[in-house]
Amino acid sequence: MITPASEAELSEAIRAAEGPLRIVGGGTRPIGTPVEGATLSTDALTGIELYEPGALTLVVKSGTPVAAVEAALEAEGQRLPFEPIDHRPLLGTKNVPTIGGIVATNASGPRRIAVGACRDFMLGVRFVDGRGTILKNGGRVMKNVTGYDLVKLMAGSYGTLGILTEVALKVLPDVDDAATVTLSGLSDVDAVRAMSAALGSPFEVSGAAHDPEAGATYLRIEGFATSVAYRAGRISDLLAQFGTADVTHGKAATAETWAAIRDVTDFAGRDGDVWRLSVKPSDAPALVAKSGAEAVRYDWGGGLVWLLMPEGADLRAKLGTFRGHATLIRASDDTRRALPVFQPENPVVARLSEGLRAKFDPRGILNPGVMG
Amino acid sequence: MQMPDPDAAILSRKARIVERLQSVLPTGAVIHERPEVRAYECDALTAYKCPPLCAVLPTSTEEVSAVLKICHEEGVPVVPRGAGTSLAGGALPTADAVLLGTARLNAVIETSYDDRYIRVQSGRTNLSVTGAVEADGFFYAPDPSSQLACAIAGNIAMNSGGAHCLKYGVTTNNLLGVTMVMMDGTVTEIGGAHLDAGGLDLLGVICGSEGQLGVVTEATLRILRKPEGARPVLMGYDSNEVAGQVVSDIIKAGVLPVAIEFMDRPCIEATEAFAKAGYPMCEALLIVEVEGSEAEIDEQLGLIKQIASKHNPVELREAKDADEAGRIWLGRKSAFGAMGQINDYMCLDGTIPVSELPYVLRRIGEMSKAYGLGVGNVFHAGDGNMHPLILYDANTPGELEKCEAFGADILKLCVEVGGCLTGEHGVGIEKRDLMGVQYTRADLAAQMAVKDVFDPAWLLNPAKVFPLEASAAHRVAAA
Repeated sequence: MITPASEAELSEAIRAAEGPLRIVGGGTRPIGTPVEGATLSTDALTGIELYEPGALTLVVKSGTPVAAVEAALEAEGQRLPFEPIDHRPLLGTKNVPTIGGIVATNASGPRRIAVGACRDFMLGVRFVDGRGTILKNGGRVMKNVTGYDLVKLMAGSYGTLGILTEVALKVLPDVDDAATVTLSGLSDVDAVRAMSAALGSPFEVSGAAHDPEAGATYLRIEGFATSVAYRAGRISDLLAQFGTADVTHGKAATAETWAAIRDVTDFAGRDGDVWRLSVKPSDAPALVAKSGAEAVRYDWGGGLVWLLMPEGADLRAKLGTFRGHATLIRASDDTRRALPVFQPENPVVARLSEGLRAKFDPRGILNPGVMG
Repeated sequence: MQMPDPDAAILSRKARIVERLQSVLPTGAVIHERPEVRAYECDALTAYKCPPLCAVLPTSTEEVSAVLKICHEEGVPVVPRGAGTSLAGGALPTADAVLLGTARLNAVIETSYDDRYIRVQSGRTNLSVTGAVEADGFFYAPDPSSQLACAIAGNIAMNSGGAHCLKYGVTTNNLLGVTMVMMDGTVTEIGGAHLDAGGLDLLGVICGSEGQLGVVTEATLRILRKPEGARPVLMGYDSNEVAGQVVSDIIKAGVLPVAIEFMDRPCIEATEAFAKAGYPMCEALLIVEVEGSEAEIDEQLGLIKQIASKHNPVELREAKDADEAGRIWLGRKSAFGAMGQINDYMCLDGTIPVSELPYVLRRIGEMSKAYGLGVGNVFHAGDGNMHPLILYDANTPGELEKCEAFGADILKLCVEVGGCLTGEHGVGIEKRDLMGVQYTRADLAAQMAVKDVFDPAWLLNPAKVFPLEASAAHRVAAA
């Protein structure tokens, strides 16, 4: 295992590489087509470089454990707004998730619909490309349109354009209080309608999820205590046509409910492949009906569906033509070699993506093929 | 400002190029005769002007595709133009370029309140996107101050922001998908009505690429439900340092206002003389706005006023009704116009870490004395996006050059303290030659590599963003 301890060492390691590199942070998110190659880890690139709570800005080395970042933020009453999923329960992985892993996979949780994804909170990156060139883009300020935005391009690029060494993130204040409004017994179609009504209201819902097996539809409200109480009441009234809402107040209880939704822990111990479908919320129930899934969970107001599928089944074949993206998150190595993990792209997008990879990694050594 | 020499071979083929363009566009959609073509000779950075070879006003993606295909075959550069409100010269033509105006691409294609998006043609103005959904209680969040005039196409090209992005983000955070025409005429969909398309985030790099990667003809935008209400509070302080500290304390306290605006004394004075908004005469003025129900607003403003009071404000004024709220915003919204009454001005938009605010304002004041040019500051303090307005007299020989040198020094200062050259206006030609201050050659080469992939012939929006000497090798290879 190659574990460079600085940008310079990383650059040297990439220049010296004679074949493919399998890039890992904490190794808790083995998503993508399996990669063969020498393992290169960002484990030794750690540390918070700068944290200015009054400016909502955090600059951190890519190999820094997520837990260390969260602890630093918590001490100042702040948090990572995009609520990154911890993939360990779902993927059965151990070890320590890193910031670099979150960024490389653009990991974003239930709050994505309210505040944005990981990529939306990224202010700057430093990385080393496939030729060993040390590069930076963006910076550490909230607004920056100086040149092309390679920061977004690096988010969710799974290490294929370069290896991240440092990221600058915008953070937000943690909230005072939270509550979960729960509706019971709704069909998938009604659940999506209810979630859309809530998300289309002025009451700032920061999470909207539906569990068909439990027959429960959850809406999260966060903010100052009196505001949470007020909005939970208004949401309950607004959704009266969908039944009587049950409101659970309290930050701890709400955090627990939403951590389980975020991490899809319900599918953790169950056999089968796990797919992640991103679609327009109103399209979701009909697609689920076609999917042949053994179980599903809706998040993002219906815009994100987690599907537990029979092993080796091709979800895309079941869905036919649809507008959106299906990603195979959990499956055997064989299945992930047989089926494209990421949604096949239209020819122009595929050509552009391939062209970008060829520019940033001309030798094709950075996680080659991981994105298909 | 150095621009490449126009290609004489293209100029000599003008008649043929115009004829080919006319063959694929409706009557009147190709503007090629003076003086009509002069309407497109500049954008809002009026110090630089150059009429294009001709201008075209297509009405559909298909027409844009046909235009680009012809230009690609003819090797003619294309300058895309939204509404021409760029302050950075993003839509400045070259004499050998076809200017592609999006003014006639202004339809709403689809609206979905259930899925919270709107799909529009890209020439539609920013404010009219909100206009299309407002009656149903929704709005499109990014609100650049030119929103009455500016087009979504330009917003996407420059990744425009606005006063309310502290809470709602800038264009890139509200853009879900685009239809884009590549320089060779190929049409592609990127993203869509769903969130976070997998694969490389091409949408992320297209937004803010200043029209150099493709021509966006349609956009899917996130729309949001309007809050129940909003109310501003105005506070005045004796020093910039204290006002800067108040901003930091408000943010640290866990309140997230939708806007925190900052004006310094020169700007307050000019604004008062012009708009008579009743602002206190002081060193620094803050306008902080929060949203929610009446009770929620009361609670948040209560907290903010508590923080503000601790720092001994010379004035602390809360809007009691819509009328008072309007008056608080009146001065801020007329600030640019007020400065324009005094003189010609150049508006910069460097962004700095909020913590560096007092230092940077002090340094700008010192430089202002050294250059002998007045400067007023009005800006989005919550996100550190400054807008120094340098006053100069365009009729005095040499004053524009002096103003530009002063502006460059301010922008270098922004980079020096950890910020950037431009927070929301874009690089265009205005900041092109300063890119080396913020980025190394390798950093710029990485950005130009993206251009190589999207527009291998380097025909789209030429001579912008990258210093000419830095892009020379790429342009030669492309030719």
